Amino acid sequence: MTERTQREARKAYESQGLLVTRGFIDLHAHLREPGFEDSETIATGARAALRGGFTTICAMPNTEPVIDTPGLVAELIARGRDAGAARVLPIAAITRGRKGRELADLVELAQAGAVAFSDDGAPVDDARLFRHALEYARAKDLLVIEHPQDLSLSGKGVMNEGPTSATLGRPGMPNAAEESAVARAISISSAAGARVHLTHLSTAGAIAMVRDAKARGIRVTCDVTPHHLALTEEWVAGDRRFAWENSGNVPLHARGASGSSAARAGVPFDSNTKMNPPLRSLRDVRALWAGLADGTVDAIATDHAPHASVRKDVEFDQAAFGISGLETALPLILGGVRAGWCDRETAFRALTDGPARVLGIAQHEDDWIAIDESAAWTVTAGDLITLGKNTPLLGREVRGRVVAAAVGGRVRYELGTLAVA
Amino acid sequence: MKWSRRHVLETNDWSRDEIEAVLETAGAMVEILKRPVRKAPPLRGKTVILFFAESSTRTRVSFELAAKALSADVTTITASGSSVEKGETLYDTVRTLQALGGDIVVMRHASSGAPYFVAERTDAAVINAGDGWHAHPTQGLLDAYTLRGSLGDLHGKRIVIVGDVLHSRVARSDINTLTPLGATVTLSGPPTLIPSAWRDGALPPCVTYEPDLDRALDSADAAIALRLQKERQEGGLLPSLREYTRVWGVTEKRVALMRPNAPVMHPGPMNEGIEIDASVAHGSRSLVEAQVTNGVAVRMALLYLLTGTPSLDAA
Repeated sequence: MTERTQREARKAYESQGLLVTRGFIDLHAHLREPGFEDSETIATGARAALRGGFTTICAMPNTEPVIDTPGLVAELIARGRDAGAARVLPIAAITRGRKGRELADLVELAQAGAVAFSDDGAPVDDARLFRHALEYARAKDLLVIEHPQDLSLSGKGVMNEGPTSATLGRPGMPNAAEESAVARAISISSAAGARVHLTHLSTAGAIAMVRDAKARGIRVTCDVTPHHLALTEEWVAGDRRFAWENSGNVPLHARGASGSSAARAGVPFDSNTKMNPPLRSLRDVRALWAGLADGTVDAIATDHAPHASVRKDVEFDQAAFGISGLETALPLILGGVRAGWCDRETAFRALTDGPARVLGIAQHEDDWIAIDESAAWTVTAGDLITLGKNTPLLGREVRGRVVAAAVGGRVRYELGTLAVA
Repeated sequence: MKWSRRHVLETNDWSRDEIEAVLETAGAMVEILKRPVRKAPPLRGKTVILFFAESSTRTRVSFELAAKALSADVTTITASGSSVEKGETLYDTVRTLQALGGDIVVMRHASSGAPYFVAERTDAAVINAGDGWHAHPTQGLLDAYTLRGSLGDLHGKRIVIVGDVLHSRVARSDINTLTPLGATVTLSGPPTLIPSAWRDGALPPCVTYEPDLDRALDSADAAIALRLQKERQEGGLLPSLREYTRVWGVTEKRVALMRPNAPVMHPGPMNEGIEIDASVAHGSRSLVEAQVTNGVAVRMALLYLLTGTPSLDAA
């Protein structure tokens, strides 16, 4: 492989009937290093990314220690380079220690190489501090990524608040917990004349507000995740139909159910279906796709959240939030494309041009991937490169996979093997 | 009799026939409990482990009596004094239960869904004795059995469930057991204590919500009052217990709104004077004691069915 030139390699894949296209960019991944290397490392995450078609990934700073000093940013960049897989771009914290009390040294962090700022997972609760963060970021047109969630409204919720949480008897997180935070962010962004990026939007109301804000010229951008595009809240109750297989009127536990729906049944309360924001209703899922199709949604970001089994193989209430996402993003997105919910070009733009524009970076012409859109494969723990085996897709057959991924003109991943970088 | 469940985790997906099979078997168990020697041999040599990770006296004792009446060996693991309190994970506990080799694990746990977690990871049959707000299937079955004894066929009967439905596994299991038998359920209680989806119209089949308790009780066939946890007030869900009692307490005056002799039930333990008046709780319409007695028979029926219906008579 290594002696072949880039052009020859691309041609070889194209002649096999594969789709060769620009490498994907992920705005939102948790690589867990430093501090939680039993869940993921920069190296395993960056390799998993290539397998999913992502040639560039942005690493969230909620590690231990938190990435909030220029030295840590530089260290992360070095480790990413050493991994020799996907490009790793560090996101630094907005506030020191992600504690929401005082701003981190945003300009110095940016000079060290931080591409964006986020306290992801711990939204900046203090509205005044959040306003100042957005205003201060104007100094260098820095990108602030907000995880929109009103913590008092989401409370002790462990899943979406709706018919499924009512049946299962679990505290829910209402759509309003996300939407009130989106409204706050938009109104502060508008007042501060500063841009803000809202990550992992999951509700119809949030998409409507962003659509409206953009129409009013407010500098807001947003992303959605592949799992919120493909899965619904019923998955927590054991349903295993993708959104496009769900007509919305099949009862959850049809009495004496048998046949196809039973064959698709999982176990209720599988902690792999626990994530934040939670899986929402089919109506919300359709609104995310509509937002993707009409350009309201700028990017698809994985929110790849790998967890070691000790944090998932526990009671649902106790389990950590998060789903492993890098390696299964492509088939989930292609599922909706096949259903006609968005055309492929638009969906792929949200994986390439969209995130590049949000980050304000140029795409590398020689970062490319080769995709077999129709290849069927089964997701298994042993097969996943990520250390985070936490996905409810385990055992499920999906369609669409990356056959090769090149970074800087060198093929660093080929199906079944990782090329020596 | 068609009954082939490996576990009793919830009744949400049970067919009417399966529910009927349990109630019919419970009838046979009531006969055993009436014998001078309240003991039959079918579970001889079987071990039942009562794993109670959340405190309970009534349900635990009921299961213990049920298992012993069928001649099972019974051992109990409770939260206090066990390693659960020392931070042992549920996964570790399951491995221990598995190594101990119990045939049936009866478990109560504060976390909704925990019985599914255990059932997935052990060879034993698991009976859910209450998990979080999710399910309490044996309570649902014993309530159905008790209501049948009082009302006969439940088809077309309207049962009112009043109180803290949001946090109630009893309400959920009652709905899942009573509606397949043909009953309809009217929920009543403060809007803050009703799951929002149900309050807003996305209710399970044959269930309605009526915030006004007087209207809910009007010509109802039976009422079930739920226990009110006193800390709900602190959570901002209720202004005061006094106001709750005024608006949603089951009083003599309100009971008179139901059909003549319509019975009143409560899963216990009761807060007399809060969700139910003492005069109602101990009055002629109260089925509270019958619930306790029938609870043993229903639990015997499930233990018996889970072990493959061995002979009820001495070998």
